[in-house]
Amino acid sequence: MNNIAAIFKKEFRSYFNSPIAYIFITFFLVLSAWFFFRGFFIINQANMRGFFTVMPWLYLFFVPAVTMKLWAEERKLGTVEILMTLPIKDYEVVLGKYLASFALLGVTILLSLSLPIAVAALGDPDGGPIICGYIGLLLMGAAYLSIGLFASTLTENQIISFIVGIGLCFVLLIIGEDIVLFNIGSAWLASVFSYLGLGTHFSSLLRGVLDSRDLIYYFSLIGFFLYLSTLRVQMQKVG
Amino acid sequence: MIEVKNLTKRYGATVAVDNVSFNAKAGEVLGFLGPNGAGKTTTMRVLTCYLSADEGNATVDGYDVFDESVEVRKRIGYLPESAPLYTDMGVIDYLKFIAQIRDIPKSQRQQRTKEVIDICGLESVIQKDVGELSKGFRQRLGLAQSLIHDPPILIMDEPTSGLDPNQIIEIRNLIKDIGKEKMIIFSTHILPEVSATCSRILIINDGKIVANGTPESLADRAKGGEVVDITIRGPAEEIESKLQELNFVNEFDRVNTVDGLLSYRITSDKGKNAAEELFQFVVQNGWSLTELRQESVSLEDVFLELTGESDNREVAA
Repeated sequence: MNNIAAIFKKEFRSYFNSPIAYIFITFFLVLSAWFFFRGFFIINQANMRGFFTVMPWLYLFFVPAVTMKLWAEERKLGTVEILMTLPIKDYEVVLGKYLASFALLGVTILLSLSLPIAVAALGDPDGGPIICGYIGLLLMGAAYLSIGLFASTLTENQIISFIVGIGLCFVLLIIGEDIVLFNIGSAWLASVFSYLGLGTHFSSLLRGVLDSRDLIYYFSLIGFFLYLSTLRVQMQKVG
Repeated sequence: MIEVKNLTKRYGATVAVDNVSFNAKAGEVLGFLGPNGAGKTTTMRVLTCYLSADEGNATVDGYDVFDESVEVRKRIGYLPESAPLYTDMGVIDYLKFIAQIRDIPKSQRQQRTKEVIDICGLESVIQKDVGELSKGFRQRLGLAQSLIHDPPILIMDEPTSGLDPNQIIEIRNLIKDIGKEKMIIFSTHILPEVSATCSRILIINDGKIVANGTPESLADRAKGGEVVDITIRGPAEEIESKLQELNFVNEFDRVNTVDGLLSYRITSDKGKNAAEELFQFVVQNGWSLTELRQESVSLEDVFLELTGESDNREVAA
């Protein structure tokens, strides 16, 4: 626990010691607010549907930017050699780094709560979908982060890490979208793809019901990619 | 304290470390010497549990580096080559981060941090970010992080590379000081460094240990013949024909001729006191002697002989 906390603290501070955190938070909030207000007054309904539906796509470009440096930079600088010779277990490093990236995303999402507050002030929204939507934002974000972290373990180049992260997330996102599902043909495969899609479970949360199946999906996806990251870190010892 | 048995590490088809075995005891300062790419770094990386080996085993303080790596890592302080550090952290923050993972109790962290700052001479930069530090200070900070938990074993990969001569001397003195209490393993491809600091030397070439001993015993091994540089004023032809007749002279080369001063490099048989003999020889012939110098046979010769690469001479010097 102590080790995870040390890594977490170091990585979280590192986001705020560099411009990364500020740029990330600013642009994410500006863009999400723009997507929110773009249709809000035209549709003239007190809900956040328009905002939530673009979030999987906004995440696609923003979240891998948070995780791209986590391992790639360590390897580029060579600092991984000191880090991995400290008395620390591989999974502790992976978890510490992951939690730090999640904390940054969490802070950003917390700051975006001004939007639902504005909605509540202007109208009388249904609280369920908004609360579940926010839980979904955190869960889906956590899933994107675990994929991005894995991408970062693959390379020492941050740009490659970023693009591979986007690519992996994109594949997992698109397989659950209608455009793919309609063209598959096989109903059985379509249901599997739809289940695996990153956005499918988010949409289901947006209906305002906290379904355990959605939670299980996100948690197992996160667990799977964190496990892959740990394996990948261990593999690097073989050289 | 450290036992390495038949260690082998391959990268694809290349064998980086080839069946290496050695021991090291507490209180030793062990120098790994070898040309670039000889396998020094790889051996250290296996000992520090950064890399796994393909064959063989290694134990540190009785703990296996593969199966009980966390125990091993607790006992080792490691400074990798070129001291890789997080450039976006403050010097103090960095040391505190290492101290936390090193499990130094919270009450002692301040104290230990202060101690390593003193030992490594970092007082003047404690307010700075790591990214602002010069190469020399980075190296010291790297050393500080490896010492913070007061490890019984310190492993350093080329601790003096890229430093200026003053910094090199400082780091060497630090190694000597620290070596009084701890076991140190460090690597270098600079020869004077090992003779200046080590109690034992391992010469590594092509992944194999080619020599293992004290600096003195290794230098003894190389004493095949003696080399004498001599400068004489006299008639060239006569000198050379008489030199040829001397029975202890194996070969001679005229290296230089300036204003009638003839410089020769003479190689003689072992144990013949060639310098003395040559002095008598010049005096007896009535020539004048302006320079007579016996080349000391050094580690350099051992190194070149064992690594068998004459083009290393410049690097080694």
